[in-house]
Amino acid sequence: MKVELTEVLWLDEQQELSLTELAGLSGLSEEELRELVDYGVIAPVDPEAEPPVFRADCVVIARTACRLRTDFELDAPGLALALTLLGRIHDLEAQLRELSAQFPHRPRKKS
Amino acid sequence: MKYKDYYAILGVAKNAGTDEIKKAYRKLAHKYHPDVSKEAGAEEKFKEVAEAYETLKNPEKRAAYDQLGSYQPGQDFHPPPDWQKQYGETPFSFEDVDLSDLFAGLRGGRVHMHRERGKIQMPGEDYEVAVHITLEEAYRGTEVELDLSMPEFDANGRLHRVPHVIKARIPKGATDGQRLRLPGQGGKGLNGGRNGDLYLNIVLHPHPLFRVSGHDLYLDLPLVPWEAVLGTTVDLPTPGGPVRLKVPPGTHAGQKLRLARRGLPKPHAGEGDLYAVVQIVVPGAVSDRERALYQQLAQGSTFNPRGHFEQELRHESRTH
Repeated sequence: MKVELTEVLWLDEQQELSLTELAGLSGLSEEELRELVDYGVIAPVDPEAEPPVFRADCVVIARTACRLRTDFELDAPGLALALTLLGRIHDLEAQLRELSAQFPHRPRKKS
Repeated sequence: MKYKDYYAILGVAKNAGTDEIKKAYRKLAHKYHPDVSKEAGAEEKFKEVAEAYETLKNPEKRAAYDQLGSYQPGQDFHPPPDWQKQYGETPFSFEDVDLSDLFAGLRGGRVHMHRERGKIQMPGEDYEVAVHITLEEAYRGTEVELDLSMPEFDANGRLHRVPHVIKARIPKGATDGQRLRLPGQGGKGLNGGRNGDLYLNIVLHPHPLFRVSGHDLYLDLPLVPWEAVLGTTVDLPTPGGPVRLKVPPGTHAGQKLRLARRGLPKPHAGEGDLYAVVQIVVPGAVSDRERALYQQLAQGSTFNPRGHFEQELRHESRTH
């Protein structure tokens, strides 16, 4: 069986999504997404624009939000707090990776 | 169909109450949820836990599960004939479905393993898989083949687990942690609902030489003391091929020599940088001639790298 090669889509700042598209992709409702925007967890490209437009990488955080809401039965404030803390952990891990990459590793001993 | 012991997965007794089941689920969800856990195999473990909870929290599904009987986990089994009579909507094969499919289809005292015609549209399930690639593959881009098993309805409307092979092009510049989306490559939608998506989570294999931070690469550059003092020219490996690097005189340990745009390509344009991190390495054993030369250097040099210790040492010797 011949398998067709599928092209992938980047989830980054080059692609933008409408509120309805983000809701469809993440499993959250538009109202829940607006709440996460109010809490500052998800930032629209232009805070003044109505309806809001989002960078495609917001899908990652919105899908995480949907999973956490379902699996831990979280309400909006709890969800916002969990996502804020996960975001901080993510940033700290990135910093740690950067520092660890800069730190010389011990040269390997010849066996 | 393979048996799964939902009670053992949640670590509760078969007569456990609903509250006890919920408590066990919450505890395990905190431990294994893939968004919060760093434990190895957490995702697989959480899937099992969530599946067990999904069935046991619902009294109707739990009763149907209990009536399946007890088997060894992983054991191939067939539901007893009276089970099929009680719960089966119509006879169907248990060969290529998963236990989770069976209970997902249980509603109103019947297992619905057939597509329900004219019912509400249901979008297909999204899938998320980790794709492990090498640094070289991230540099050049690559193609990966993914084997997934998805529940799907056949032409007669019957549910089966169907193997799906998906070949995807990973574009260059997809580095560790990058998510990519394959629209419509997830589970099939029902009654005209849209197909689910497939999300790829890129994971880079550690490389023996290069350490990765975003699109930048770091490489240890060992130098001998005289190379660091006098300067030298070295050939460095980079993912794009060897480059010649001029090490300036007076280079010290820990110094990062930057090779602009020699790192990993960025998604749409540009490249990260490559940093050579200097290490000063001394030989483990020296010949008599080398020792003599070092001694000559030691006698001839006025360089004191610990000058800043002296004031503190003088102060300490006065107070003790």
